[in-house]
Amino acid sequence: MEGRILEVRISVNGVDHQSDVEPRTLLVHYLRENLSLTGTHVGCETGYCGACTVIVDGRAVKSCTMFAVQADGASIQTVEGVADGDELHPVQEGFWECHGLQCGFCTPGMIMSSIALLEENNDPSEAEIRHGIEGNLCRCTGYHNIVRSVQYAGAKMRGESPQGASQEVSS
Amino acid sequence: MSTTSVMGGVVRRKEDPSLIQGKGTYVDDIKRHRELATAFVRSPFAAAAINSVDASAALALEGVHAVYTIDDVRHLGLNPAQVAVGTLRPFLADGVVHHVGEAVAMVVADDPYIAKDAADLVFVDYEPKDAVVDLKEAYADTVQVHDGISNTLLTWAGNAWWEGVIDLPDPSPGIQEAKERDDTVVVSLEMVNQRLIPTAIEPRAVLADWNSGYDSVELWSSSQIPHAVAGAIGMTFGIPSNKVRVVAPEVGGGFGLKLNVYPDEILCCYASRALGRPVRWTETRREASVASIQGRGWIGTSTITGTRDGKILGYELDAICDMGAYTHNFTVAIPLLGLFVAPGQYDIPTSYALHCVVTNKPTTDAYRGAGRPEAAYYLERIIDAFAREIGMDPADVRKANYWKPDQFPVTTQIGLTMDTGDYATNLDSLLERVGYEDLKAKRDAARAEGRLLGIGLSTYVEVCGFGPSALAGLGFSWAGYGLPTAFNGSGVVRVQPDGTCTVTIGTGPSGQGHETTWAQIVSDGLGIVMDNIEVQHGDSLDSPVGVGTFGSRSLAVDGTATYEATTRVKEKAAIIAGHLLEAAPEDVQFQDGGAHVAGSPDRSVAWAQIAESAYQPHTLPEGVEGGLESSVVFSPPNATWPFGSHLALVEVDPETGDVDLLEYWATDDCGNVINPMIVDGQVHGGIAQGVAQALFEEAIYDDVGNLLTSSLADYPLPAAENLPMFNLDRTVTPTDVNPLGVKGIGEAGTIGSAQTIVNAVVDAVSHLGVKHIDMPLRPKRVWQAIEDARK
Amino acid sequence: MYPPNFDYVAPATLDEALAALAASDNAKVLSGGMSLIPLMKLRLVRPTTVVDISRISGLDAITDEGDHISIGALVKHAETASNALVAEHATALGQAAGATADIQVRNQGTTCGSIAHADLAADQPAAALALGATMSVASVRGTREIAAADFFVDTLTSALEPDEILVKITIPKGGKSAYRKLGRRGGESDYPIAAAAVWVDGSNGSISAARVAVTGVGPKPYLASESAAAIVGSSGSGEAIAAAASHATDGITVLEDLYGSVEYRSHLAKVYVKRALEDVLA
Repeated sequence: MEGRILEVRISVNGVDHQSDVEPRTLLVHYLRENLSLTGTHVGCETGYCGACTVIVDGRAVKSCTMFAVQADGASIQTVEGVADGDELHPVQEGFWECHGLQCGFCTPGMIMSSIALLEENNDPSEAEIRHGIEGNLCRCTGYHNIVRSVQYAGAKMRGESPQGASQEVSS
Repeated sequence: MSTTSVMGGVVRRKEDPSLIQGKGTYVDDIKRHRELATAFVRSPFAAAAINSVDASAALALEGVHAVYTIDDVRHLGLNPAQVAVGTLRPFLADGVVHHVGEAVAMVVADDPYIAKDAADLVFVDYEPKDAVVDLKEAYADTVQVHDGISNTLLTWAGNAWWEGVIDLPDPSPGIQEAKERDDTVVVSLEMVNQRLIPTAIEPRAVLADWNSGYDSVELWSSSQIPHAVAGAIGMTFGIPSNKVRVVAPEVGGGFGLKLNVYPDEILCCYASRALGRPVRWTETRREASVASIQGRGWIGTSTITGTRDGKILGYELDAICDMGAYTHNFTVAIPLLGLFVAPGQYDIPTSYALHCVVTNKPTTDAYRGAGRPEAAYYLERIIDAFAREIGMDPADVRKANYWKPDQFPVTTQIGLTMDTGDYATNLDSLLERVGYEDLKAKRDAARAEGRLLGIGLSTYVEVCGFGPSALAGLGFSWAGYGLPTAFNGSGVVRVQPDGTCTVTIGTGPSGQGHETTWAQIVSDGLGIVMDNIEVQHGDSLDSPVGVGTFGSRSLAVDGTATYEATTRVKEKAAIIAGHLLEAAPEDVQFQDGGAHVAGSPDRSVAWAQIAESAYQPHTLPEGVEGGLESSVVFSPPNATWPFGSHLALVEVDPETGDVDLLEYWATDDCGNVINPMIVDGQVHGGIAQGVAQALFEEAIYDDVGNLLTSSLADYPLPAAENLPMFNLDRTVTPTDVNPLGVKGIGEAGTIGSAQTIVNAVVDAVSHLGVKHIDMPLRPKRVWQAIEDARK
Repeated sequence: MYPPNFDYVAPATLDEALAALAASDNAKVLSGGMSLIPLMKLRLVRPTTVVDISRISGLDAITDEGDHISIGALVKHAETASNALVAEHATALGQAAGATADIQVRNQGTTCGSIAHADLAADQPAAALALGATMSVASVRGTREIAAADFFVDTLTSALEPDEILVKITIPKGGKSAYRKLGRRGGESDYPIAAAAVWVDGSNGSISAARVAVTGVGPKPYLASESAAAIVGSSGSGEAIAAAASHATDGITVLEDLYGSVEYRSHLAKVYVKRALEDVLA
């Protein structure tokens, strides 16, 4: 096996890493096991659930469907690198304000996809939001409050002062 | 944040800041020094004898530490958490496999990649046998799944809870006579309530660490019932329960999937003890599909006999319920739960027979709703068919047969007591909000243009909040099965010396927001601000003895225990504060982070001062003990019976059968509400899972028992694009079985929704002659139904 | 979830990649990996060598080549879906790329990879067929061009030899095209249960040339030649469209699976040929 160990240099959340990996090591396992960044989750094995979504060189991808060696030289952002110090990213704030998560397992991937979506278009329609996160499955929320969370975050990123869940709950 | 009157209010969740930053700790995020990984060798056959297992090639692989088979673990006996009805699963297959995916051998290696490499090298010599897949064939018993055991384990039937026989009981008095009357209509449908795969997004995960010095074990498991897992481990290994710590940290969705004591939990403990190192197993998605429990799986016929003015004179349900190959914790109890609510909200004579059969498929057990969605489906579908047959509005038929508010508490036909209900008010509230008459006009106008719009309605009552020992115990002790209590709730409230508060509870969330809701209860009682209350759970040694989260029970039972503990802490704190303030305890009020004398807000002490005194006994009044905490175990006098009404508007593409869910409304009644934001969230998710059953999901097996839908590519969970926003509202009919007046909301959305969708789709195409379409209503089925009706 | 191990090479030039492919009798080309990696994780595919072509320069462009546009081997679905040249000259391919899977997959997977994988239910092969694309293929033995009509051989089997790489696809300009599908989760969600791509050319209200392609229905994406023949020479009226659609499965072995019977799929093929034709002839 030693002959198959390759060296990769990957920047994650602004920190450069130099690591030895097997070719078969999936990027998500590299992040979780080698770098102990366990916020990125594994939910399926066929690239359907999106819990493992990270941003590689500016684009949301599924880190369970990518070998770490493919990311050699890349710059990666994970959920751990989203907040600016103590200040939450507007998408994180939206998920908190609008009850956009329950068990929280899909949430890191959902947040990364939402960030990628809003960075391209910070005023998406409901349909555009739903289309933009179709690669992330959630079993808890029925997506209702996730859509609200992304709408909240979009408004925040546009400089507005959105309202959270208390504005919508039923009587 | 100074508000302390937080019960009933929207409060952002305490658990979220961690989860949204990737700091939540799920089992797979915990690392132990020198831990090993596991892979299971699983049967590719649904039924086969095992002639031999050869692990030599696997053991020769570098990095492999052990390969275990039943010969290594047979001495551990059987899983004590399996209720002793029917067919019990050995920890690893013992000479025979009974479903695809059954574990035959366990490989332990340095990492999961090597473990999988090694598992591929384990050679198992199988001798395939005939598999029993179809439910009617299973019931006919021509081929037995387990040698010498009838495929029909038992029949839950209408005139007794446990007949234990196959024969149908006599129908309830009057139904046969009603059928023979000239003025009655009899409507009958055979319907499938298909098998589902729960599919929590977090697969199950287990990490065991046996300490040979103390002969104790720690197990982290993605479980809804850590206490029961601990009980089963202690019993299996013969060690006392105080040497078993089972921790359920963050749990990434439960839905009943994680409400079992699984063989892998025991096996990882065994391997850790044997190898002297921590041992981990993380389920893959395919394993989640073939080796963990599934839900539903009924085929049955419902029949309504009634008059043309909508009076129902009899409801009959006769169904075969798929138990799968083995009976786990609650497998045979799931149809029983359905039986409890089989007559729904209606004052109608009922007859039912639910036949529990074993098949060569994975075990079924609780999946969100657990028996109650099935019951609601069979009842509410046939009521719709009956309404259509007699030409009455389905809402009017329902209202004509409801129990009336002044009839509560209602004793049901089988002797259960329904606590409170006001069904007609709830339904009317929904219909008014929807604008029912206008919606019907819109549907009819669209239909005149050739568009296929449909309106579907369902109401439901569920039974949850377990529960009273008498109901939960069914006459025997759960303690013998590793379940530590007869479904009691527990809560410990402790004010720390600095005036902050720690709450520990016997249940734990898998997304339901317990930390926030419980903090609201305590904050409301003690006036300690939310930020100063921490709620801990899920540790079988550090949490009070409890049961876990399932059956929409946590708030009604453990929440009540916490409420009572809060009250007791408050009573003692009033004595201490009164002493400090030189006032009578009954004049002390708690608010805004401290206590003050009623009418004199200036005469106040902060919680920190009260707590400081509590932990310095010499400062306390005579006869008052030090400390400030209370532990309460609560056993409710009854279960709770939430209810509600759901309505959907769908459009069917007449050319393709594609169903578009346009609008969804629900008015649920779960009694009092602690946090409406969280309650709404539970309903959203519940509806989504019911819609998923109605439109998308099905565990499909071929005729030799292969699961054809073992990945998410073939088992299509709805994505955001496939669902609409949900329009929710509530009525509030508090229960009288607990002081909070809360009923439970975890399953309501699921119980109310699947038949709402099917009723809507059938409504859209009924004028074409379609009477029923089995779920899931994939385009092909809807199109085929239209085609068949046209022919 | 845990793929078997393999040797990995990521050459900087096409020649090196072709040499690596030629040197192994069980090598696989990796570009986006959206088909290959899930199969490896399920251990259904076990290559001894994986040749990652993503570091080869010059293969990542969509290029205007006069009367054609070309799409390089490394162009992602997302770029195909949003590219102006594609939208103008190969509308159906842009629509099919946009309807492929989800945004993460579109960000990672490549149009050429999807075509080379030749899944019987993939979106973009149908568009390549309808648009009359040409596949440019290279190996150590040289280069060759394969017409789309000859490229899809059977289920998961293309005309590519094991040592060949699909370097680019070339699409002639002209005409109008459209892609319409029914996905497994309804609407356009997920893989198509059935889908059609059509291309028509003509002037003065008369259709002079057409191609109709169907995916998700038979053992491979195919050209429905009788449908195309039926619409050519017509004015594109509703009757003509219906006549063309009625031939959507002529001569095809229609497949059955969890999402559709033979009868249903045959019907859907006609519906989606009709809808796609209505789109371009509206």
